[in-house]
Amino acid sequence: MPQPTPELIHARPVPRPSLWIWAGIVVVLVAMLVNGLLTNPNYHWDVVAEFLFDPRVVSALGWTLLLTVGAMLLGITLAITTAIMRMGTNPILRGVSWVYIWFFRGTPIYTQLVFWGLLPVLYPKLSLGIPFGPEWFVFDTQDVINAGVAAVLGLGLNEGAYLSEIVRSGLNSVDKGQWEASTALGMKRSTTLRRIVIPQAMRVIVPPTGNETISMLKTTSLVLAVPFTLELTFVTNAIGNRNFLPIPLLIVAAIYYLVITSILMVGQHFLEAYYGRGFDTEGTVRTKPVKGMSKRQRAILASGTVHPDPNAEVTP
Amino acid sequence: MTAMVEAKGVHKLFGDLHVLKGVDLTVEQGEVCVVLGPSGSGKSTLIRCINELEQISAGRMFVDGELMGLKEVRGRLHRLSDKEIARQRSKVGMVFQRFNLFPHMTALENVMEAPRQVRRLDKAAAERIAREQLERVGLSDRADHYPSQLSGGQQQRVAIARALAMEPDLMLFDEPTSALDPELVGEVLAVMKSLAASGMTMIVVTHEVGFAREVADNVVFMDDGVIVEQGTPAQVIDAPREARTRDFFDKVL
Repeated sequence: MPQPTPELIHARPVPRPSLWIWAGIVVVLVAMLVNGLLTNPNYHWDVVAEFLFDPRVVSALGWTLLLTVGAMLLGITLAITTAIMRMGTNPILRGVSWVYIWFFRGTPIYTQLVFWGLLPVLYPKLSLGIPFGPEWFVFDTQDVINAGVAAVLGLGLNEGAYLSEIVRSGLNSVDKGQWEASTALGMKRSTTLRRIVIPQAMRVIVPPTGNETISMLKTTSLVLAVPFTLELTFVTNAIGNRNFLPIPLLIVAAIYYLVITSILMVGQHFLEAYYGRGFDTEGTVRTKPVKGMSKRQRAILASGTVHPDPNAEVTP
Repeated sequence: MTAMVEAKGVHKLFGDLHVLKGVDLTVEQGEVCVVLGPSGSGKSTLIRCINELEQISAGRMFVDGELMGLKEVRGRLHRLSDKEIARQRSKVGMVFQRFNLFPHMTALENVMEAPRQVRRLDKAAAERIAREQLERVGLSDRADHYPSQLSGGQQQRVAIARALAMEPDLMLFDEPTSALDPELVGEVLAVMKSLAASGMTMIVVTHEVGFAREVADNVVFMDDGVIVEQGTPAQVIDAPREARTRDFFDKVL
């Protein structure tokens, strides 16, 4: 028997005058801000436009991106290695990993970068050979660890220590039953990690890693401590100081950082959608498909074997 | 003929907690042994000790005549390496209460994983075995489904197929139906019955007294870390000699 459609409720919402008041306040404030930005001659928008696509600035942007990518790659490699070491059965490696994280998280990145820059002074020669025995190859430290390498090493080693904790919490978030099942099947630890645990840990690891990448983009401006002088902040500052117009050049740099961050944020949004959505803490099966997620990924999330982890990492 | 499993004076301590207090158990080849007992009696711990998921604290555990987890060299005991223990484990299949399927793999991939990674079979051979085993548990048509797309009963059957794909000599079941909705218990028990009928040696920890009565060759009743009584289902379930056994079955039946 067909059900008669009931009369649906069409009630008026509770009036919210505060919404309109706040809209008014914000509109006025934004108008004042925009007006100030455009009419204040001290911003020198013409200079901003002149230097926005200056070859020196564009090449500096390239170096900044290169430092970011290089440092993150080194950081991720170190993070996975040390996180696995810390979860492993070998107490020596556990200790090494703990000390690494303790030291590189515990000292200022600026200080670390200065030290990497001073490495050729501290150790003028690097050699390959047997400890306390013969040396086969000897290098000038200056040739091997130039400013760029020192900058990537400094940023990457520091980042690795932070990311290591993120990776570790990701690995810990995978249900113990997954370890037991693969162990009971006769799989070795390394196989279990590679085939079973790491793929599931990615949900927890990827979003904060995106966040760390955005943070790294701006941390690269600290490499003047090495000193490495080709990246965006240093180059724009130098031009600004030479022209006696620091403000428009700061704006140029800020525009580029904002643009790259925005692009990274879009990327991060899609990664999070891929790895994080549709996740249910109760572990009940949720089969509603989420756009942009693979079948495989949905299946991981719906299984409830990966638990959310409050790994709100602090950026350096 | 050597017994499939022989536990001799097995103790297990978790810190100060004495969970197994000297268990002697023999399971012959082709035998179905059902372990019954109240919660916390140590029955899950016992079967987890058989495949070295837990290290025993005292006594000896033999599977197919081989000492598990240890070797004796010139009168001294040495622990086996991870690799050697992994080899011993690969001959013992295990099915868990919570299935523990790999959620990022389809049913077929779940079953193929250990043959590929542990037995080092090529993809075609592993897939052939996996399809055979899925057929055996009646899930050929679910091969490409992910665990989250399967019911609990189907997941547990995939888990059984996954263990069987290693062609084990012995299968351990740790409360395989306890996490299932009542209407799904039957399909899992049916698979286990057909497995028993095929001559597989099985040790089953369960609360399904009906299954024990129907399938078990030997019923073991455990309480407080010891085996209180064992024998045929008729002896242990229907005519228990010990007061503790009688108490338990009065409550559950």
